[in-house]
Amino acid sequence: MSDTITKEQIFKPENIVYKKTSLMTDNVLSYCPGCGHGTTHRILMEVIDEMGLQSDTIGIAPVGCSVLAYEFMNVDMQQAAHGRAPALATAIKRLLPNKTVFSYQGDGDLAAIGTAETIHACNRGENFTTIFINNGIYGMTGGQMAPTTLEGMKSSTSPYGREWQAMGHPLKITELVAQLPGTYYVTRQAVHTPAAVRKAKKAIRKAIELQQQNVGMTFVEVVSNCNSGWKMTPVNANKWMVDNMFPFYPLGDIKVDGKLVKEV
Amino acid sequence: MKGNEAFAEAVIRAGADGYFGYPITPQSEVMEYLMAEKPYERTGMVVLQAESEIASINMLYGGAACGKKVLTSSSSPGISLMQEGISYLAGSELPCIIMDAMRGGPGLGTIQPGQADYFQLTKGGGHGDYNLIVIAPASVQEMYDFADLSFELAFKYRTPVIVMTDGAIGQMMEKVYIGDQKPRLTEEEIREKYPWATLGKTPDRERNIITSLDLDPYRQERHNLKLQKKFKEIEENEVRYEEINCEDADYVIVAYGTSARISQKAMDIGREKGLKIGLFRPITLWPFPKKEIREMSKNVKGILTVEMSAGQMIEDVRLNAVENTPVEHYGRMGGVIPTPNEIVEVIENTFVKG
Repeated sequence: MSDTITKEQIFKPENIVYKKTSLMTDNVLSYCPGCGHGTTHRILMEVIDEMGLQSDTIGIAPVGCSVLAYEFMNVDMQQAAHGRAPALATAIKRLLPNKTVFSYQGDGDLAAIGTAETIHACNRGENFTTIFINNGIYGMTGGQMAPTTLEGMKSSTSPYGREWQAMGHPLKITELVAQLPGTYYVTRQAVHTPAAVRKAKKAIRKAIELQQQNVGMTFVEVVSNCNSGWKMTPVNANKWMVDNMFPFYPLGDIKVDGKLVKEV
Repeated sequence: MKGNEAFAEAVIRAGADGYFGYPITPQSEVMEYLMAEKPYERTGMVVLQAESEIASINMLYGGAACGKKVLTSSSSPGISLMQEGISYLAGSELPCIIMDAMRGGPGLGTIQPGQADYFQLTKGGGHGDYNLIVIAPASVQEMYDFADLSFELAFKYRTPVIVMTDGAIGQMMEKVYIGDQKPRLTEEEIREKYPWATLGKTPDRERNIITSLDLDPYRQERHNLKLQKKFKEIEENEVRYEEINCEDADYVIVAYGTSARISQKAMDIGREKGLKIGLFRPITLWPFPKKEIREMSKNVKGILTVEMSAGQMIEDVRLNAVENTPVEHYGRMGGVIPTPNEIVEVIENTFVKG
């Protein structure tokens, strides 16, 4: 016992190495165990906290799994109609240019029903930050095919796998918006390993910092799993994501300082 | 000034913070006037041409949720597109103005005046149980005056207000008395006046959340009951109408907006012919002047509703008029405007001879 640390010792303030940010509420997360939403929420809130922006931040929750994001993020928030978060964020930022504004959206919300709002907010160079969670599926409604569903990937509305001839191609919306002159920083991240989480947090920090300089749209995609929608264990879902999602949605910066750094 | 221009000038002077819109005939002059006037220099007001009516109405949601005075304007097909967003605004209890310059429909219809949006605006319109305050100007002066009034009502009750007009009033030129410039509220003033606004969570309060979602059905029902209570209060306090020559009238025309102006002329022609015609003009279409219609209906031989539609408001008039007073409808559709003589003829044929 002497060389192992006891529970009581762990709780001692001098032994604390990590603390939940006060910008995450104590509400129990509604996400499935293993889902990337919780981690992404946390790092986003850590960035807002570390930058001291809580009293000037307004966030937008979408429709989808993260519809209840406002239950977990301890900042002022608005809940948008499906796909319309960029319209809300546009108005807020234009009416209150000194605030920090982010929209938090899934792939169905951002890349299907909200495509027009996404493209136009990006093209106008609106000065807010988009956090885009891409798990290739409609999670909340029970695992239907999303615009980002991979070819051959099974979902409840593509039970034999997505065939592009019948169902269209998976949409690389992030590469698409990177080509618009209004986007300044566009990157694709993941949160499946501690190293990836650190990188993703850095990217979010960079996006929020750039927003303070009014340079245009800052856009962070987070490729995530949906273990319940994919019908896999959390571990297998992450492995499947690395093997299948990452080759099609490769991680890394796509546009930095307003210039493409990757062929799209 | 044109009706559309008067409305645009009025919102600047009412201290509006933002206009978000998409061009559609017959009201594009609103955004054109605003862009030309540069209110962002005059008062700091934001004017943005959005990519669609769907984006516009959701921009209103974002701005209104920050306690800002925001508005949009559109015409019938654009209003149809906005209905989901309007339902969200009503559910989340957000104040704003939506101006509808109605045109003939259905579908793309015509660009000429119509009044066939009565159902879609006075009965809710989008999904769920809600009502909107609907106010119908009948002159360019009222286009001006109702802008400020609509903001007042919108913030008093935390609800969207519809200014329901049509291409005729929007395009018509009349003399207008213009009021003083009201200052826009500062962020501190908004925080003070509207503590629900999402302007950033400060240490002295919990975070503000603007949402229409509640997955617990009992809580959602409580929210609905709260909304219904508010709508009842609006019905009790905010009915507006005008009566002309109704005291001695045998026949009363019930009409609003452009139809009311034409009907007023019809009333004059009829009176010259010895027909005792009166005009009852609902100014608020919701809340509808129910009691007042009932009172008026007790003493007349017949009521004619005149609408530029197949007859929509007539349902509310019939619901409220006493049983033994006949209520009939006369209307033109598809952008055709009824003439005063047609209306007099209908009264003669329906009530006098009939």
